[in-house]
Amino acid sequence: MMGRKTADKVATAIFYLAGGTVIMGLVSFVGYLLERGWTKLNPHFLMSGPEFAKAGGGIGPQLFDSVYLLILAMAITIPIGLAAGVYMAEYAKPGKLTNAIRLCIETLASLPSIVIGLFGLIMFVNFTGWGYTLFGGALAVAVLNLPVATRISEDAIKSVPQAIREASYGLGATQWQTITRAVLPAALPGLLTGFIMTAGRAFGEAAALLYTAGMSTSMLDYGNLNPFSSSSPLNPFRPGATLAVYIWKINSEGLVPDAREIADGASAILVLAVLAFNLGSRYLGLLLNSRLTGKQG
Amino acid sequence: MNKHLQARKLNWRYIRNELLGRSAVTACGLFIIILTLFLVFFIASKGMALFWDNGVPLSQFLFSADWHPDRDDAPQVGALIFIVGSIVISLLALALSTPFSIALAIFMTEISPGLGQRILQPAIEIFVGIPSVVYGWVGLSLLVPFIRTHIGGMGFSVLAGGLVLALMIFPTIASVAADTLRSLPQQYKEASLALGATRWQTVRRILLPTAAPGILTGVVLGLARAFGEALAVQMVIGNTIKIADSLLQPTTNLTSIMTMDMGNTVMGTMWNNALWSMALLLFLISFFFILLIRKLGAMGAMVK
Repeated sequence: MMGRKTADKVATAIFYLAGGTVIMGLVSFVGYLLERGWTKLNPHFLMSGPEFAKAGGGIGPQLFDSVYLLILAMAITIPIGLAAGVYMAEYAKPGKLTNAIRLCIETLASLPSIVIGLFGLIMFVNFTGWGYTLFGGALAVAVLNLPVATRISEDAIKSVPQAIREASYGLGATQWQTITRAVLPAALPGLLTGFIMTAGRAFGEAAALLYTAGMSTSMLDYGNLNPFSSSSPLNPFRPGATLAVYIWKINSEGLVPDAREIADGASAILVLAVLAFNLGSRYLGLLLNSRLTGKQG
Repeated sequence: MNKHLQARKLNWRYIRNELLGRSAVTACGLFIIILTLFLVFFIASKGMALFWDNGVPLSQFLFSADWHPDRDDAPQVGALIFIVGSIVISLLALALSTPFSIALAIFMTEISPGLGQRILQPAIEIFVGIPSVVYGWVGLSLLVPFIRTHIGGMGFSVLAGGLVLALMIFPTIASVAADTLRSLPQQYKEASLALGATRWQTVRRILLPTAAPGILTGVVLGLARAFGEALAVQMVIGNTIKIADSLLQPTTNLTSIMTMDMGNTVMGTMWNNALWSMALLLFLISFFFILLIRKLGAMGAMVK
């Protein structure tokens, strides 16, 4: 039988082991991907188009479509999510309606992204008659991110001190004026941090996009900036595969001989993007916080 | 409600300074309900077509392992193989990651809160942010060959799927568990330590039992994520339409068959309808998890 002091030491050692494993795991996971992918991070691979039955293709269009789809999706998610968050934090009164909205937010948040992708297939592909489009994909990703964005906005707004609201009411402002002129600016660091994290999630999304934005990227003419032309990169009503979708597709089809190298390179970019989104949101949050509160960080 | 707002007459200034904005954000709140109802309606109506239009009995869909949707005469659409696959892989992932996640949460809150806050929390957030396809790719390029050469079998296996999912859900379980442990009243710990209990005794006898509802919430959230994950699992489990006899055999699950077959079946056919019924099943399961979490939340509130 182990003494209780010994048991305490053994348990402590196990807890340290768990903590250490996470750090080691993260370093080796990210290290593995970057080590294998870093040779691919050259302008040719990043800019040129994919090849179909031979090696040496790049990921230019996929990279562009990932960024473009991210922008489209966030342009839909942020306004609606922010507004719904304002409603939940400032206007919603405890009761059946608020409970129903909360249940809906939780339901949407827990839905598997493949199910949201299939909903997108019915709504934004078949029902609208658009076929596979980046815009349809962006709408699906917006549905996926809306509950997260709403929750983030609500939390950020609720964490603004009550005194700021009272000062504004005291000056005769209406509730709406108080929200837009006093509460939202104070909530800005929290909002931005949260939205950047949401954007990171959208950037690597694949399951919701397979049957909404499609799995192929049309040939793009980067000189053509007319958003209504089908070969223009700016046209949102054309199919497009994001990086994550492309990694999945080349592995499941097995038609491209250098699928391994391409997947390595594209994974490295996705991981770098995750790191950038994480560090970026953290840094921006700290910076804005010290600016707005007047503290020197 | 602010009294001065009610007292104010419905004039243009009031409309501009309050009513417009308030109506717009209220509409967005209501929009979430409408969107959810829409989603439920469409998934449900497509998912019920198999039973209503094709006349497949529910019991056959749920409990038959005959999956031959491509047969011309008497096609069979029993989904048992996929349901079992999803359950086995998710439970394996849960069994692998729950003990580790709880140990990690204890380390972050009780053993070294400083390291936990500054290093481990950000590390966990990075794990959450890594796209599922990247997990799938690491599983495919590293884990599958490793299992093939060092453990046995093809490599593509239940084990590979469970390991990849375990890696994907441990951050969820660990952060929810850590939040719960942090929110426990400080007195519980102090009382236990004052009675002469060691730290481990305090953790095991006081903190973990008190935090149990919260930790279980994390476990259910992890399970929900594991159940609904599609591409990462699909890339490593081999996609053989057969119930696996051992952990080293390949199998398939609900999300994998949906992703693979949705693209090459025609809308409205029995085969396609069966895939939509699986989507409806996934939706119902995730809704069940939500209700379970709400129940656990109510229990957790009672403990405090």
